[in-house]
Amino acid sequence: MAIISKKNPADLIFSFVTGVASFSVIVFIIGIFSVLISESSLALRHFGIVKFLASTDWDPVKESFGALTNIYGTLVTTILSLVIAIPVAIGIAIFVTEIAPGFLKGPIGAAIELLAAIPSIIYGMWGLFTLSPIMSTYVEPFLKKGTAGIPLLNILFQGTPMGIDILTASVILSIMIIPFTASISRDSFNLTPAVVKESAYAIGATKWEVIKNVVIPYSKLGVFGGIVLSLGRALGETMAIAFVLGNNHRITTSLLDAAATITVTLANEFAEADRDIYLSSLFSLALVLFVMSFVTLAIAKFFLLKAERKYSR
Amino acid sequence: MTRELKRKTEGSVALSLSTLAALSGLFWLVFILGDVFVHGVKALNLSLFINDPVPAGAEGGGLRNAFVGQLMITLCATLIGVPTGVLGGTFLAEYARGRKIARIISVLSDIMVSVPSIVIGTFIYAILVKPVGHFNGWAGAIALSIIMIPVVLRTTENMLSLVPWTLREAAFALGAPYYKVIIQVVYRGAATGILTGILLSIARVAGETAPLLFTSFNNSFFSWDMKQPVASLTVTIFQYAMGPYDNWHAQAWAASFMITIFILVLTIIGKLIIRWRYR
Repeated sequence: MAIISKKNPADLIFSFVTGVASFSVIVFIIGIFSVLISESSLALRHFGIVKFLASTDWDPVKESFGALTNIYGTLVTTILSLVIAIPVAIGIAIFVTEIAPGFLKGPIGAAIELLAAIPSIIYGMWGLFTLSPIMSTYVEPFLKKGTAGIPLLNILFQGTPMGIDILTASVILSIMIIPFTASISRDSFNLTPAVVKESAYAIGATKWEVIKNVVIPYSKLGVFGGIVLSLGRALGETMAIAFVLGNNHRITTSLLDAAATITVTLANEFAEADRDIYLSSLFSLALVLFVMSFVTLAIAKFFLLKAERKYSR
Repeated sequence: MTRELKRKTEGSVALSLSTLAALSGLFWLVFILGDVFVHGVKALNLSLFINDPVPAGAEGGGLRNAFVGQLMITLCATLIGVPTGVLGGTFLAEYARGRKIARIISVLSDIMVSVPSIVIGTFIYAILVKPVGHFNGWAGAIALSIIMIPVVLRTTENMLSLVPWTLREAAFALGAPYYKVIIQVVYRGAATGILTGILLSIARVAGETAPLLFTSFNNSFFSWDMKQPVASLTVTIFQYAMGPYDNWHAQAWAASFMITIFILVLTIIGKLIIRWRYR
């Protein structure tokens, strides 16, 4: 119900200025998209779109570039970090909403959210100097020994534990995305009507059964949206893993090998790309990442909006 | 085992695991912050703030150029991003309230908030660094402001929507035009909320590194010139941590410490204001 008084020119000017400011968001999105397409067209035309996406080459000397190793690294680290983060995040949400005594709910929730405020470069520093040595001396040899005799699993832990590898990067990523999943899950859990929970308690359900059979099914849309949102954030995380991933352009099956993600490749190579085709290939990677994360985030937003509509009814 | 016992055991196992998860979250927070504080405090000294970097490998020196550069870039980003974000949010909450376009821009802003910041860096490189021919401070500031705008825009929109519509009607009844109602009534009612959004958005961009890597780049010398490459704490941390020298590492920890303190203080103030004002 907007009212613009047509008589007042100042009102028209103000509405126009605010309108321009809000349309800047659309301009940025279209701008990023079209600039990335035009900058990457050289490489995509030279190599062919399908070939570029499917090629595992990344050789600046021979000027032969393909995105697959980077996409593979991005997907593997993201999925592994989600596998680690989701159970922990949902556990945190359960603790904060159902278990913690009233006076602890606020402070613990706020403390977990502080994890999201720490800049990613700090995670990177900490990962390189503190977590990586711990991983290579204690965690990785332990996992290697534990899985030694088990077929399939032992493939995941082949090689020398160096601490600069997919596993360490995924652990850091998982710590970074826990607060996102946890806070959205907590908000969704909190929306479960007390009456529904109380009815379950009244027929003799235990606390865990109420959570498992009432709260989680009721809030699954929101929780799922939160998970997809974290996925979108993990895809684009750069500085936290730039130190500990090793920038290795090969597809490896072991989690103890160095790898490269799109973001890490961009961070390490963009400023020193000296030839047009090299730079254009990097722009193509940026385009792939932009499309991947934009689509993921749009899906997340779709589920969160759907959840919001469901709960507000 | 009776059925009751089984249900009870299952319950207590699940609940203990959840408690463990919460403890692990706190553990990481304490571990990371503690580590940064311990290393950072050890490396803090006066020389860090008043001296510029010395040639690689030499002892001493400081990061005065990076502190000043970081301030300049963040300040310029704030000067561009905050007005645009506040005005944009005003449009969504006031002039376009309830319209489809307002919903579309809200959703797109939410997506923009989480778009990888390094992609924004490549975009700015293409439009502001390549044509100019060299890295420059403005490019970094504008990259950060693009990250800032959707954050400020969304909080402003939410905060303005919280101001009761009847308050605006009261002002309309006095014959005030809409822009006056917005500026003199609505903004006043939502001022604390908007301020909080601004604080949190500054906290958000102050720690950004990826969009600065190939926009403002780095500069080992002290410079006020935003048309030239400008050093920033975050990019310096990246360079120093990857470098081979121990005193580089120490300075990187000290810089991390300063940045973490700055961001945590801003974030906590912001969250306290929200709690104090809106609950």
